[in-house]
Amino acid sequence: MSNATIDYGKNRTFLIDTTKCTGCRGCQVACKQWNQLKAENTHFFSGEGYQNPPAMSEYTFTRIKFKDYQKNGQNEFAFYKEMCMHCNDPACASVCPVGAFRKTAEGPVVYDDKRCIGCRFCMMACPFGVPKYEWSKAFPLVKKCTGCYSRVKGGQKPACATACPTAISYGSRADMVKEAEKRLKAKPERYFPAIYGKEEAGGTSVLYLTHQPLDELGFKPVTKRPLPSYTWQALRFVPGIFLGVGGTLSLVSWFQHRKDRIRREEEEHAAKKADANKEVSK
Amino acid sequence: MTAAKLIMNEINGYHRFIKLMMVLTGVGALASLVRFIFGLGVTTNLNDTYPWGLWISFDVVTAVPLAAGAFTIGIVAHVFHIKKLEPLVRPAIVTGFLGYSLVCVGLLLDLGQPQRGINVLRYWNIHSPMLEVSMCVMAYTTVLTLEFLHPVAEKFGWHLPLRLLRTLELPFAILAAMISTLHQSTLGTFFLIAVDKLHNLWYNPLLPVQFWLSAMFTGLSIVIFEASLVHKYMGQPDESELLATLTKIIPWVMGVYLFVKFYALAFLSHGPLFDRPVLLALFLTEVIAGVILPMGMFFTKRIKTDKKMQLRAASLVIFGLILNRFNVSMFGMEQPGQLIYAPSIVESLVTIGIIAAHVLFFVLIAKYFPVFEHHPEATDYTIPDHFHRIEALTAGARNEVRG
Repeated sequence: MSNATIDYGKNRTFLIDTTKCTGCRGCQVACKQWNQLKAENTHFFSGEGYQNPPAMSEYTFTRIKFKDYQKNGQNEFAFYKEMCMHCNDPACASVCPVGAFRKTAEGPVVYDDKRCIGCRFCMMACPFGVPKYEWSKAFPLVKKCTGCYSRVKGGQKPACATACPTAISYGSRADMVKEAEKRLKAKPERYFPAIYGKEEAGGTSVLYLTHQPLDELGFKPVTKRPLPSYTWQALRFVPGIFLGVGGTLSLVSWFQHRKDRIRREEEEHAAKKADANKEVSK
Repeated sequence: MTAAKLIMNEINGYHRFIKLMMVLTGVGALASLVRFIFGLGVTTNLNDTYPWGLWISFDVVTAVPLAAGAFTIGIVAHVFHIKKLEPLVRPAIVTGFLGYSLVCVGLLLDLGQPQRGINVLRYWNIHSPMLEVSMCVMAYTTVLTLEFLHPVAEKFGWHLPLRLLRTLELPFAILAAMISTLHQSTLGTFFLIAVDKLHNLWYNPLLPVQFWLSAMFTGLSIVIFEASLVHKYMGQPDESELLATLTKIIPWVMGVYLFVKFYALAFLSHGPLFDRPVLLALFLTEVIAGVILPMGMFFTKRIKTDKKMQLRAASLVIFGLILNRFNVSMFGMEQPGQLIYAPSIVESLVTIGIIAAHVLFFVLIAKYFPVFEHHPEATDYTIPDHFHRIEALTAGARNEVRG
């Protein structure tokens, strides 16, 4: 799965410039509409701040997070669009026992709900906490952002990228990385000098530019190595260990049984000899 | 008297403890029904932050190493051919068989789509540790079921299967060790994907090796634990002499485990180790009370003869293992500032029910099948000459000689 030869440069990728985000949440609404997701009960300040709903869920695939901060004595807001990162080498796809997740050639990581057995390993594995579960159901499935795969296949942009008036650019990963680097160079005072998603989790199909330091905005610090490589470094030994243990134990048992047999034969031999000696002495 | 009355009479004669276990098992079964009717979200305290709770942490991640006695004693008695230990094998196999069957039950309860469990066999994702564990658990449960048929065949006098199973004892022991090595260690691989989630005290690339080693010494400790308890409470023969052989093996495995654990901690883990006092306390409890202390006890001379000390040391090992698996799969995964997960009533009742079912079935099987009474040297493994083949053959040979 971790294949260095795959060219992710052609993957469709989101470039989200949070410095241009106005917090209108058009993307949230567009996402709900396109994916036919139920509305949720909302309360102000029910989560970490001003944002609503309080967290991503089975009904909410994307969400604008609000971050209060002070600039020159003025209260300001910074925004951050939470969504599936569509990793190049996704952890969810590697841990799923039935291969329900798949990184498509176009870029989005998609989920096949016909295969899913509901083990929730994807939720454990995802470094960004993206897959959500239908906790309300007796036989739940996993829900997450689809990257609007059906739209992308038809040559359209995802719903959120289409609705966004300012902040989201959508194009090939190579172009988006180039564009992000260009912006960083052109206005270094505007941006925190990093592209979140360029290397995180081995690279993702969602890239972020921010003004604030990443951790202050609530971006998770994530390893730069593709996550599947962490389990694969152990799992690759499986066939060898299986046969190795079998072979070693077979040899040990053969040796131990042979030792036992020889001991028994020697005893019998000695007993016979003793018998013979007795006969002679008679 | 009808059959139902016979059964009721039999049950009335049981000890109060067994009746209690029956009640708990029944309550657990009801609680699991509630889960299917009302759903996981309402009946459990699981949520998107804690997708795995008590059922995975105990019923799977902890129950599997606790059922490791069958394969470890199989290696010792059959592969290393220490024949005198054979009487310990059968109880361990019954425990393993029950343990793994109940792991399957626990897993099916926890799955969102248990009716699709078979998909694991249809769509293989070889990069998934979960695929490997589910394959191994299915395969090993099958092996254990076959091994468990041994006392069943003996009880009902099925000579041919009995003979066959006797012949297959060694191949099965080796197969069990092969499968167990894989899935015991792969349960550790599960948590290698939790790179920035599991605390550094436990997260390191050698976690699978540690899971495998701790499963082995715990498996042998479980054999001691069980043999001591059934001697004490079920009036079974005192096996402490045989157990003394095990007490010689266990501390060395524990020593290797400790070495691997500290090597990994010192050289292979990244990031701060001492930043979370509660986790540090849990880690120290697990290592000192659960490994170092019992290892010291196993290294003393007194433990060869002291039954009480054997039971105490084995209990400490089991405590240490349970704490270790909870540390890795639950406590160590909690991020600072997160709401702390505690299992709901339904979750707890189901897990208590599963433990009670294990104890109950073990006692009942031991009561009705030759589990402890079994001594291989005294068992008749010959196949009776139903079709008079041997008679005919020998008669033929006699005729030939005559002719």
